Amino acid sequence: MIRPLARRRIDVRGIVVPLVLAALWVVASVTGHWDPHLLVPPAQLARGFIATLHNADFWIAAGSSLLRLLTGWLAGSVAGVALGLVVGCSALAEQIGAPSLNAVRQVALFAWIPLLTAWFGDGNTAEVILIALAAFFPAALNTETGCRNAPIALREVGRVLEFGPREILRRIIIPAAMPSIASGLQIALTSAWIGTIGAEYLIDQGNGLGVFLSSARMDNRMDVVLFCIVALGFIGFALSTALRLAFAAGTPAMALAAVDD
Amino acid sequence: MTDRGRLDIHDVDKSFYVDGAEVRALAGISLSVNAGEFVTIVGPSGCGKSTLLRLVAALDRADSGAVSFDGEPVTQPSLRRGVVFQDHRLFPWLNVEANVATGLLKANGTDAEKRATASRLIALVGLNGFEKAFPHQLSGGMAQRAAIARSLAAKPDILLLDEPLGALDSLTRGHMQTELLRVWQHEGTTMLMVTHDVSEAVYLSDRIVVMDRDPGRIREIVEVPFAKPRTRLDPAVAALTERIVDRLENTLA
Repeated sequence: MIRPLARRRIDVRGIVVPLVLAALWVVASVTGHWDPHLLVPPAQLARGFIATLHNADFWIAAGSSLLRLLTGWLAGSVAGVALGLVVGCSALAEQIGAPSLNAVRQVALFAWIPLLTAWFGDGNTAEVILIALAAFFPAALNTETGCRNAPIALREVGRVLEFGPREILRRIIIPAAMPSIASGLQIALTSAWIGTIGAEYLIDQGNGLGVFLSSARMDNRMDVVLFCIVALGFIGFALSTALRLAFAAGTPAMALAAVDD
Repeated sequence: MTDRGRLDIHDVDKSFYVDGAEVRALAGISLSVNAGEFVTIVGPSGCGKSTLLRLVAALDRADSGAVSFDGEPVTQPSLRRGVVFQDHRLFPWLNVEANVATGLLKANGTDAEKRATASRLIALVGLNGFEKAFPHQLSGGMAQRAAIARSLAAKPDILLLDEPLGALDSLTRGHMQTELLRVWQHEGTTMLMVTHDVSEAVYLSDRIVVMDRDPGRIREIVEVPFAKPRTRLDPAVAALTERIVDRLENTLA
């Protein structure tokens, strides 16, 4: 009958690999087996971490990157889901659009930079468009797959219940595709975050963590570089966790179904 | 008994193509079901009995021949012809109440009337207290009862049941047969049911259509003259069941 929702437990085994790596690092630094310019010793790194945390430029850079990420991710996701719905639900649109979509997505993301900067200049516009592109493809492809895989059995129920095409889309295909769309948006977020830092680093204009990282590298501040890497990982992880929890909270039925599978 | 719900199938053919080869699923099928009648179709796998039901539901189209319902040709699916599938086909993202309500989305009536109908049907199929449960939280029998409630919601004049109890264990099955009989008596809906189970057919129906395959065709139509509710232990019921099972086994031989 009613089955209880399984609880998610925190598994401490995930911490083992980072701990081992940290131990190796401490040993390598203390025994002097490693050039301190290439791999900073723990004490210097700790000082660098604290200094960077107190550096307003870092927070401005982080804020700019987040804003850029969210703008690009939202734009790319909206466009991607919209196109995915069209291509996933219409055989004609699929025949016309799918080959081009599949060809264009093979282009490595950063290969767009020369073209985008030529069109839109070395600045925020080109960066946001690149981020949007990074989000666009996972959003579009997952939405398309989700729609195409909406069970025929349930569409038949819609026909039997006299649903029109719009109701079949809204009440059957989109809900059935929802888990796939949600995972597309999560992949899009991760991809957009990679795109954000890459675009900032390579275009190297204005504020942003990519720019901050690039200038730390120029100044040969490996402690700051390492801090940035940790910060990027942490922010990415926090964002994707937040999104996953938001989806789980928004669709309790989906979460239940996912647990059951 | 209502005066609505009469089905006429006249000389229907339907073929499928599997790897380029023609499979004659149905050949020259003619059958009439009277308003309020309970008719079951039995036959070996591949005799086209589910295909026949899909034609009546207008989920598929006949190659030739005519299906008409209350004198009007059947061309597209309609709420007047409800369908219960073998797998319950509830929407997994909706709870029981909302699933039943989808059966009323395109029906006439105010929201309040629809809510009342939904809760009456949930009670009719014995799912009180499970209104907020999602399909994956229900047992197979409960899910199928919810599906029956959904298909009854718009007050269909005929219910097309495609092996609705086929996926259930035998205990649940027996219980659901009684429930189905009760629903039929209560709602007065014409029933056309496909089943593998001859004793189920004898227990429930007024007439049993025995089909044969290659090509799918009607072999004979058996009247079941006993008053309902019937008991399976009644010697006459058991004898008729035996006779039809023999007939089917001869068909297969």
